[in-house]
Amino acid sequence: MSPATTDTRSVVFAGVGGQGTITAANILSQVLVAHGFDVKTSEVHGMAQRGGSVISMVRFGEVVFSPLVPHASAEAIIATELLEGLRSLEFLAPGGRLIASRTRVDPLPVLQGVVKYPADAEERLLEFAPESIVVDAADIAREAGNERAANTVLLGILSTSLPPDEVEWMAVIERLVKAKAVDANKAAFVAGRRLA
Amino acid sequence: MPTRILMTGNEAVALAAFHAGARFASAYPGTPSTEILEEFSKCEGVYAEWAPNEKVALEAAIGASIGGVRALAAMKHVGLNVAADPWFTLPYIGVSGGLVVVSADDPGMHSSQNEQDNRYYAKAAKVPMLEPADSQEAYDLTREAYEMSERFDTPVMMRLTTRVCHSRSLVQPREVHLHEHVPYVKDEKKRVMIPGHARLRHPVMIERLAALEKLANEFEHQRMEPGSADAVVVTAGVAYQYVKEAFPGVAILKLAMTNPMPMRLIDEFCSQYRDVYVVEELEPFMEHSVATLGLYPRGKVAVPREGELNVDNVRDAFPELAPGTAHEKIALPDMSSLPARPPILCAGCPHRGIMYTLARLKAIIAGDIGCYTLSVLPPLSAHDCQVCMGASITMGHGLEKAFEIAGADGEGKRHRVVSVLGDSTFFHSGVTGLMEMAYNQGDFTVVILDNRTTAMTGFQDHPGTGTTLQGEPTISVDIEMLAKSMGIDSVRVVDPYDLEECKRVLTEEMDRDAPSVVISRRPCVLRVKEKREPYSVSREKCNDCALCMRLACPALVQRGEEVMILPGSCTGCSICAQVCKKDAIEVAR
Repeated sequence: MSPATTDTRSVVFAGVGGQGTITAANILSQVLVAHGFDVKTSEVHGMAQRGGSVISMVRFGEVVFSPLVPHASAEAIIATELLEGLRSLEFLAPGGRLIASRTRVDPLPVLQGVVKYPADAEERLLEFAPESIVVDAADIAREAGNERAANTVLLGILSTSLPPDEVEWMAVIERLVKAKAVDANKAAFVAGRRLA
Repeated sequence: MPTRILMTGNEAVALAAFHAGARFASAYPGTPSTEILEEFSKCEGVYAEWAPNEKVALEAAIGASIGGVRALAAMKHVGLNVAADPWFTLPYIGVSGGLVVVSADDPGMHSSQNEQDNRYYAKAAKVPMLEPADSQEAYDLTREAYEMSERFDTPVMMRLTTRVCHSRSLVQPREVHLHEHVPYVKDEKKRVMIPGHARLRHPVMIERLAALEKLANEFEHQRMEPGSADAVVVTAGVAYQYVKEAFPGVAILKLAMTNPMPMRLIDEFCSQYRDVYVVEELEPFMEHSVATLGLYPRGKVAVPREGELNVDNVRDAFPELAPGTAHEKIALPDMSSLPARPPILCAGCPHRGIMYTLARLKAIIAGDIGCYTLSVLPPLSAHDCQVCMGASITMGHGLEKAFEIAGADGEGKRHRVVSVLGDSTFFHSGVTGLMEMAYNQGDFTVVILDNRTTAMTGFQDHPGTGTTLQGEPTISVDIEMLAKSMGIDSVRVVDPYDLEECKRVLTEEMDRDAPSVVISRRPCVLRVKEKREPYSVSREKCNDCALCMRLACPALVQRGEEVMILPGSCTGCSICAQVCKKDAIEVAR
């Protein structure tokens, strides 16, 4: 008999090609593996990465089947860009939380002045998912030592609702992040954790 | 043994091939297969290469196999179209060292021009096929594939899909197999396929297929999962994962080997259930086999035949298998008004200036496969047709001949054809097309966008870069000399950052009554380390004409009437400054 699948938990990463969502998803996955979970992830390569919308998915539990997150079943969405956060809401479970960076990357139709970037993106996110948190991740990361550790701030916020403790996260950050950026990423992680 | 490692399906295939003793691998990069060779090339003591195209890669792997070494050839689904010629005769000659061919299909077309189902290639060529459902199976089945290949004297297809290639899951590797290379023995009756020999080999293949079907019925990786209800689901590959999650507790026949189909196993297991279902991505490949047993399976009557499957659309296809579990559709905010975010040419992309110029010159543009294809989107709208790798030159040739036959258009003008393709695509399959143009006196212009890399798939080397996959320095094919050696007299090089030069040279070449080649040469902007000064818009000089916005550069933004340059995005390529008629775009101070 197959094990129950209802205990499978999901986190979705939404952003723009080049924003480092694959790397952030990989850090989370490795922390979950080290903690003893079965883990599956899914990501997109190739043409879609050329400045297009990108989504990475991480699922964990006792036994995970589908690498893709079903509709309305992610307990958290990490959004590195507000519009992409909005676009990814179909994956958020009722009561789930969106953890977003207050970052706006205008897609071409907006740059061209053909359509408007939704000025109320943040309000719409919070209206749909009141538990969500939107932060100036790049500013916080810069104070921690490196603007490029913005995604690690978001992971810090996420971390408080997951089983692995701070020590487990730090071990993976040390292992996966380039040596010269480790300190800034650790500081960014702690700063995010305090915001949670 | 080491603990379980989180890896992609591609990494698992590469590691398994290495552990199985494979020491030769060849491929042309193509999403979602690219990382297989990149990972394999890092293993100790292996030879791994980027071939100019998939046919070459497969033929090189056949040679390595004949030479007694276990070999791997990997390609995306459409790559096997290119390699189809050796693919169909390879099973006639069989193998010496085990030979595994990876076909990485792309349901949903994340990064492909079609979503063909390559399982039919295995069936059509009488080649056994294995379909992993996650990274552990990708590892285990690749190991099995090498054993099967040598035991049955046949190539074996590993059929992956995007969600196997690019999903990570835990893998427990096994002990490394110390494989003895097979000594070379001449056997021309087996390996020289003149008709007289091939007629002897085809019956051998048919016998082999029968033996393989017997194996498929007993193969330990075919999994029977009994269930409580009256229904059984036949499935394979990543679709299995969706079935497990959508229909908990339902009986499943999960196949790992899907060619030949294990007909006896299917009959025996499925006959125990009243209702038989088949859940598979793309075509009804398994369903048609199951149907021949008189089992009346339900499959594509409800399961989508196009796009990817997932837990939701599998559950929606057969709600009777998961009573009471359907998710309530949540009411989402209105997404219809959200701006789309299509992939685009990067700021500073050297393709932008030349594609803009060609569109302005009203060229009929036969395009190809690469980043530059993104210039088809408005506002550049700089493509007329595109089919497959290398087709730009040959389609351009046919177009030009057709316009010659049909005569001038209604306004008395002659259409001017330009074929556009990248350097890696040119080496892949543009060279024969160029010979077609030269030999058959095509009167049009080929533009080769030479950015010195295979950019779309992640910057792989190719025969023009001077470096091999394993980092060895090597020759760099001289495109100018190659074109000239074909008798094309006019071969010119332009800098795509110089619009004036591009326009002048392209106009001259498009007006020329002879075949010509224009090489647009500048490295991919993502590979350039030294930064140029960013530009900005002078408020005094700008008249808000927004001509620069037609370049579709993500560093240019229009707010109301006003155009601005985003300093963090601008790479200083200066194309917009050259387009501006008011000289309003200057190096930022």
